[in-house]
Amino acid sequence: MQKQTGTIQVKRNFPEMLKGGVICDVVNVEQARIAEDAGASAVMALERVPADIRAQGGVARMSDPELIIQIKEAVTIPVMAKCRIGHFVEAEILQAIGVDCIDESEVLTPADEHFHVNKHLFSVPFVCGARDLGEALRRIGEGAAMIRTKGEAGSGNIVEAVRHLRAVMDGIRRLRILPEEELMAEAKNLGAPYELVREVARTGKLPVVNFSAGGCATPADAALMMRLGAEGVFVGSGIFKSGTHLSEAEQRKAHFNRAKAIVQAVTHYQDISIVAEVSRNLGEPMVGINLDKLPESEQMARRGW
Amino acid sequence: MTNTTQKKLRIGVLALQGDFEAHLKMLEKLGVEGIAVRLPRHLTDLDGIILPGGESTAIGKLMVLYGLQEPLQQMIRAGFPVWGTCAGLILLASETDNALAGQPLLASMHIRVRRNTFGSQRESFETDLSVPALGEAAFHAFFIRGPSVEWVGPEVEALATLDDGTIVAVREGHLLGTAFHPEVVQANGQRDLRFHQYFLRIVQSVRG
Repeated sequence: MQKQTGTIQVKRNFPEMLKGGVICDVVNVEQARIAEDAGASAVMALERVPADIRAQGGVARMSDPELIIQIKEAVTIPVMAKCRIGHFVEAEILQAIGVDCIDESEVLTPADEHFHVNKHLFSVPFVCGARDLGEALRRIGEGAAMIRTKGEAGSGNIVEAVRHLRAVMDGIRRLRILPEEELMAEAKNLGAPYELVREVARTGKLPVVNFSAGGCATPADAALMMRLGAEGVFVGSGIFKSGTHLSEAEQRKAHFNRAKAIVQAVTHYQDISIVAEVSRNLGEPMVGINLDKLPESEQMARRGW
Repeated sequence: MTNTTQKKLRIGVLALQGDFEAHLKMLEKLGVEGIAVRLPRHLTDLDGIILPGGESTAIGKLMVLYGLQEPLQQMIRAGFPVWGTCAGLILLASETDNALAGQPLLASMHIRVRRNTFGSQRESFETDLSVPALGEAAFHAFFIRGPSVEWVGPEVEALATLDDGTIVAVREGHLLGTAFHPEVVQANGQRDLRFHQYFLRIVQSVRG
C-alpha cells in the first residue's frame, strides 16, 4: 500500500517523539557527541551559538552545509538546523541535505521583514519561535509542525522564556472560557487564523508540540519551563558557554555533566528531590545578561511578524 | 469470580522521554489504569508495560541511570508482557545494526532491528498496513524515523510487513513490537485502539 511522505500528520508526529526531552545547540562534531551521550533527544547544528552571535555581531546566516552533514554523520539522534526568517532558499538547502527539522529562527538575521517561509511546501517539518498565542498560531497556519516559545536566545536569562510561555498558555486558557460567538473577534485581536483559534478553544492545547527556548542555563530553569507547561526544552548557549574559565578537558566534563543534569531535570521535573540532586556540583553556569541592559535593537525575540 | 480477575488492569508506560502521554491516553480510553514509570518503585503491581516512541538512545541511557534496566529484564524473563513501539521496539531487540557503543538495550526479543531504516525525517511516512491479527480493516500506521526488523528468531511471529516484505510488527509470546506508532492520533482526530486492545489480550492471557 502506498507510502505518503511529508504529510501534515507525518510532520507533526516528528516532534511528538522528542517530547519530554532536550534539544541541544552544538557547533561541532565533538559537542554533538557530548550532547547525544548526555541523553539529548536531538541536536541543533550551528556555526555559532546565540551567545557568540550576540558577542560577535554581523549578519548571522544558515550554517555551512558541510558542518551540518558532518554532525549528521556523527550522531544517530535527529539533527536540526536553522534558516533565516523568510529565507526559503536556505530552507530548501537544509531539506536537500536531509536535516530532520528546520528551525526558521529569529536567532539568525532575518532575510524578510514581512513574510515567513511557506512551510506547507516542504516535506521536512519546521519549528518556529513565538512570543504569544497569536504568533504561534500564525506560524502553525504557515505550516510549522512545532512551536518553541522564543525566550531571549544567548542571554542565559530565563525571564523572557517564562514571559513567552506564560503568554501562550494564558492565551490558550482564555480561549477555553470564551463563548463561541467571541472567537472571531478574538482571532482578529490575536492576528491568528480563525479555524486554528476554534480548534484551540475546543481542545485546550496547541495543535502541535510546544517546547521552551531561549535562556535555559540550569536544571532548575529546565524544570521550571516544564512545570509551566512546556513539552520539552531547547538549550542553546547554556551548556557549551558554561565553565568558560576551565581547561579544555575540564570544560568537556563540565559540559557533559550539565547537559546530563538538564536531561534528567526534564524527565523528572515533577520530582523535586531528583532536580535538587542533579543540580549539585555543576560548576559555573554561563554568565548571562540582564535584559534591561540589552537595547531593543539587540533583542532577538522581537524578530518575526 | 475472584478479586484478582475483577481488578482493573494496571499497565505501565515508560515515561523517561518520548510520546508516553499518547499511550496513557489510549489506556484511559480503554478503561485501563495507566502508570507513568520513571523509577523502579513505579514497577510494582503492574500487569504489563509499554515502551513508547521517542529517542532510543536517550530512553536507554535514562533507563540505566535510574536502575530500570535490570528489574525490567528480570520481569521479562519471568513472563511479564511488554510492548515496544518504535524506540521501544529497538530497546526490546537482542541486536541492532547500528546502536551506539554503550546504547543500553533490554535485549529480550530474538530479533535484529535496523534503526532509521527508511532514512531521515524527510523519508518518514504514513501508510495503510494489513495486520491479520487485528482483523480485516487496514491499520493506518505512522513511521517516524522508524526502524524495521531485519531478522527474526524461530519463535517470533511477523504480524505485519510492508509491500516489499520488510517486517514492521512482531510478537514473541508475551512480547510485542511495532516499528510504527499505534498510539498517535489519526488524521481524522480519531484513535485506532485495536493494537492496544491486542496487547491487553496478551496481558489478560498471561494473567490468566
